[in-house]
Amino acid sequence: MKIPNKDQAIRQLRQMLLIRRFEEKSAELYSAMKIRGFLHLYIGEEAVAVGVMSALTAEDAVVATYREHGQALARGMDGGRIMAEMYGKREGCCRGRGGSMHLFDAATRFYGGNAIVGGGLPLAVGLALADTMQGRSRVTSCFFGDGAVAEGDFHEAMNMAGLWNLPVLFVCENNLYAMGTALRYTEANQDIAAKAANYRMASAAVDGMDVVAVEAAACKAVDHIRQGNGPYLLECRTYRFRPHSMFDTELYRTKEEVDEWKKRDPIELLARSLVESGQFTKEEREVVEREVAAEVEAAVAFAEAGTWEPVEDLTRFVYSERRGA
Amino acid sequence: MSEPTAMKATTYREAVKEAICEALHQDPRVFLMGEDVGHYGGCYAVSKGMLAEFGPERIRDTPLCESGFVGAGIGAALGGMRPIVEVMTVNFSLLALDQIVNSAATLLHMSGGQFNVPLVIRMATGAGKQLAAQHAHSFEGWYAHIPGLRVLSPATLEDARGMLWTALEDPDPVLIFENNTLYNMEGMLAADAGPVDIDTARVRRPGRDLTLITYSASLFKCLDAAKILAEEGIEAEVIDLRSLRPLDDATYLASIARTHRVLIVDEGWRSGSLAAEISARIMERAFYDLDLPVERLCSAEVPMPYARHMEEAALPQVDSIVATVRRMMGHG
Repeated sequence: MKIPNKDQAIRQLRQMLLIRRFEEKSAELYSAMKIRGFLHLYIGEEAVAVGVMSALTAEDAVVATYREHGQALARGMDGGRIMAEMYGKREGCCRGRGGSMHLFDAATRFYGGNAIVGGGLPLAVGLALADTMQGRSRVTSCFFGDGAVAEGDFHEAMNMAGLWNLPVLFVCENNLYAMGTALRYTEANQDIAAKAANYRMASAAVDGMDVVAVEAAACKAVDHIRQGNGPYLLECRTYRFRPHSMFDTELYRTKEEVDEWKKRDPIELLARSLVESGQFTKEEREVVEREVAAEVEAAVAFAEAGTWEPVEDLTRFVYSERRGA
Repeated sequence: MSEPTAMKATTYREAVKEAICEALHQDPRVFLMGEDVGHYGGCYAVSKGMLAEFGPERIRDTPLCESGFVGAGIGAALGGMRPIVEVMTVNFSLLALDQIVNSAATLLHMSGGQFNVPLVIRMATGAGKQLAAQHAHSFEGWYAHIPGLRVLSPATLEDARGMLWTALEDPDPVLIFENNTLYNMEGMLAADAGPVDIDTARVRRPGRDLTLITYSASLFKCLDAAKILAEEGIEAEVIDLRSLRPLDDATYLASIARTHRVLIVDEGWRSGSLAAEISARIMERAFYDLDLPVERLCSAEVPMPYARHMEEAALPQVDSIVATVRRMMGHG
């Protein structure tokens, strides 16, 4: 791995470590029953969110899936508010109404947190359509898994985005399994990037374990979009190290396969390159680890100190409290 | 003394069209999107001529992908637009049910109040044109089950003309159901007709003996039935619900307090219908006002048949309304 910019690479390493440690802590808190519901960990896939977010600006939008802690943190959402959300606390980013699968944040233009597979893609098309109609040059990024590619919404959204030349960056996080069913059992054509051609759309596939490669591919895609060339499909080939959720016995894959992929851990790949090229020391890594640990600890403390929304507020946010907005 | 309001002859279709055109003129964020709304002129000719006036950006023909373009409407609403999404017919809206129920209705809540969805979805509904079992059902009651949605049922020219703007000003998703048998309905409308409220039911005909609660095209069947009944000395009060979610309980409960008898006329299927919900509310809140059990006239529980005589038999009709009321009044 060639590192084009040391400072940027160290920032990315730090972000990936933050996601990793944040989620390891989340798993612990799940076992401790502090977090409930479904919890889908992103561990192993961190380079995708971090690489893609590096190519976006604050004005751009993000639409994500139910496995979105990584995107939320990489986008700059506050870890404390994310953790508080998973605790179900009022101080959470959605006041505890959404939980792990539904993180939203208006300030960073983070539009969820969509737990209907493929459901976010048409929303991204609409956000991009609104930008186009209002003469804004923003990009809407839309993350989804390989499982979503089988959904009608994928094809409907790709078709509309291609037809109307909309500024959408479609990011497929291909981790090879739709929950527990391998791509080869669900897709007639497993080459996901190739599907873009049907919609007159540019595309590329990239090693999703290599954050530098993901960032470069995402920058190229975003440039293409910003120049008015229409949408882009970026397939990031990655792997989920942990089970699908906290209830998955992983009957569908072997330990050997998981171990093989762990040799390409995106964090260690980057750290090794930095160390080997003499740009980063073990001591510096330890400093980063300590900073990240403190940040995770602060997030947990924030969530622990949070409060429960009074039950009297149960039916708030079903309709807007102010009409005529 | 104020000047008498100038009236003009129009149709339901024209009233809807005028409302859309006015919205497009008044608010640059408004656009119309759906299947065949542009070059074809609208499946029911509501948007005929609009493409030439407003251009393809704002009169946007979509691919045939109800889930996709309703979802795109939600996204555009999140992005600051005020989309009017037209779904050709209510049966097709089931292809978009996921986006309507799982996204439009939930985003405000799931986001803890951060993201409201100011979207209007219009669709044709109802039977009566021999369109059979995949084009002619009445699923308004299903949608009225969903918290987070507003569900409107304009029956009159005033409401066809006036509900849209108020719906567009609403910060949350609003579904407007236009009964396809009403598009050709002719009548007089005030030349300066404008926005109307979307919260309240209306007494369309006052009467002391019995309350007919209805909405959409059945309103006119109820009014015709009330006329016939009046000749027999039975004065039926006819209530047009207008908004199916939220329901304006106060208006029909006040009527029942006066009449003590109620028949609900609903083109949805009887089981689990909107009529069932209203009946339950009456039991809960007006039981002691009633002289008789609440009765319901709904569609027969069959997929809508094609043959004319069978379709007519499947729906509440003036005759069946009159016969039911006579029986309830002891004149049967």
